[in-house]
Amino acid sequence: MLAKTFEEKQVSTRSASNRKSKLSKTIKLLFNSKTGTVGLFLIILVTCLAVFAPWLTSFDPAQVNPLARLQPPMWMEGGSAEHILGTDNLGRDIWSRIVYGSRISLIIGIGAVLFSGFIGATLGLLAGFYGGWINAIIMRIADAFLAVPTILLMLVFLAVVGPGLRTLIVVIGITSWVPYARVVRGEVLSIKEREFVKAAQAIGAKKKRIIFKHILPNVLSSFIIISGMNVATTIVLEASLSFLGLGVKAPAVSWGGMLSDGRQYVATSWWVATFPGIAITITVLGVIFLGDWLRDILDPRMKMKNG
Amino acid sequence: MTRYLLKSILQIVPVLFIISMLVFVLVRATGDPVALMLPESATEQDRIEMTEALGLNEPLYVQYGIFISNAIRGDFGISYHYGQQALPLVLERLPASIELAVVSMVISTLIAIPLGILSALKRNSYLDLIISGISVLGKAMPNFWVGIMLILFFSVMLGMFPVSGRGGLENMVLPAFTLGVGLAAQMTRMIRSTMLEILNQDYIRTARSKGIIEAIVVGKHAFRNGLISVVTIMSLQFTSLISGTLITETVFAWPGLGQLLVAAVNNKDMAIIQAAVLIIALLVIVINILTDVVYRLLDPRIKYN
Repeated sequence: MLAKTFEEKQVSTRSASNRKSKLSKTIKLLFNSKTGTVGLFLIILVTCLAVFAPWLTSFDPAQVNPLARLQPPMWMEGGSAEHILGTDNLGRDIWSRIVYGSRISLIIGIGAVLFSGFIGATLGLLAGFYGGWINAIIMRIADAFLAVPTILLMLVFLAVVGPGLRTLIVVIGITSWVPYARVVRGEVLSIKEREFVKAAQAIGAKKKRIIFKHILPNVLSSFIIISGMNVATTIVLEASLSFLGLGVKAPAVSWGGMLSDGRQYVATSWWVATFPGIAITITVLGVIFLGDWLRDILDPRMKMKNG
Repeated sequence: MTRYLLKSILQIVPVLFIISMLVFVLVRATGDPVALMLPESATEQDRIEMTEALGLNEPLYVQYGIFISNAIRGDFGISYHYGQQALPLVLERLPASIELAVVSMVISTLIAIPLGILSALKRNSYLDLIISGISVLGKAMPNFWVGIMLILFFSVMLGMFPVSGRGGLENMVLPAFTLGVGLAAQMTRMIRSTMLEILNQDYIRTARSKGIIEAIVVGKHAFRNGLISVVTIMSLQFTSLISGTLITETVFAWPGLGQLLVAAVNNKDMAIIQAAVLIIALLVIVINILTDVVYRLLDPRIKYN
């Protein structure tokens, strides 16, 4: 009895130290890649903006102040230290809107990717595993979705359900699942033929067990790779939709919506449109760098393909 | 070839069928079209008559049948915002969008091919690093922001080009570059990796060892073989080009399909949305088939069965 617990203890400490060394190896790999490090830094920066927003600014991002309309940034003539990056056409503080806007970008970027990834992976798994008519129907629908540019589908959906944070996540989710479904299906098709799956089938494992224990873990790395890339596209998509007036509604702040205000005042007040654009670019750049790094360590074959 | 073409044209049918169904279901989900079309002062009698006239009393599958048979004849219903047939309104806007798309495609190709080849040839040099850096940046910047920044520099500060509208060549420059820059960024990356792959092939080494000058090795031996990938890349870009026009047209008030569609979505003008979506889908499918045909012409090794 005593011996057994001792043994168990040893095993568990061994696996813990294994896990630890794996983690430190990953961190080392991350810092070996310059762009990966930059990406991580940028993402941490934006996440900090989103998390600590109330401490980073004293202004309510939605507070209108007619007396302080279109004030330039603090380093320009007419600017004040109060509004670091100036104010917009309604006198709202641009810095505080950028800080709070990061929340929407991250929530939608991550939320919509998880949602579309869930739909896509489930459908891809079903199509790849069961084949036959299930596969035929799912892949035909995927073809149809591919024939229409994603943003067009989103416009149609949004015309029906109207704008808003939750609807945006749902709409982006149900319009951009196709890449996941295709990749997961492809992976499942090849994994299904491998020896370990055949062996599991031979010893009479249930389908559910084969899917969750043998196939799903092996699909995970390609799933993470596409998700990483899609977060970047999704953030830009959200900004585009908000720019078109179909994204989140006021008082929620979106960088895309700020750009749409800025577009109208570009002739007189350059700062209204410039700063939110920089914020989007920095965030997307961080996601791309981090995503590329993830791809390189999870799938070395892809790195070779991409030079 | 003819058989292949026929087969791929036949494959359009199920895809369009699914898209039309999707559009139909969405439009029916929007709520009561009768309420949208009638003035607020309409009586109950008006409602009943309107519902009857629109065929909304029929079961859903009959309504879908009517929708499809009308759509095939080009009748997508009347836009209640413009009070006209939807399809002509959509087709009328198409040339402006195609013009913008084609010019941007040309611009992005002219930027991407030389840059892609250059960075592949000088792999891992500073030049390569700079080009890769710029193309990542081009990918990260949302194109409507690029458009606004171009307006800021070239229209507001330098006064070189008009801010919006369609007319002469000077109106075309900013929107076409806005769209072209983002496309060029993606294309450069893809052309670079294609060229890297090709430059490693045996026949390139053979050509070099024969003493052929580098320009001909790259231009004739390598690039001509890379052309197939370039065509693929361009056709893949076509879809993102269309999404790009939707937004770029709004930034520059370019009177194309994108602008019409965005306005229609804001007005819930379903007839126009239906017509525009199906026309764009058809366009994308046709482009994909054309790409396959061009492949075949470029690479006789590809066989279609």
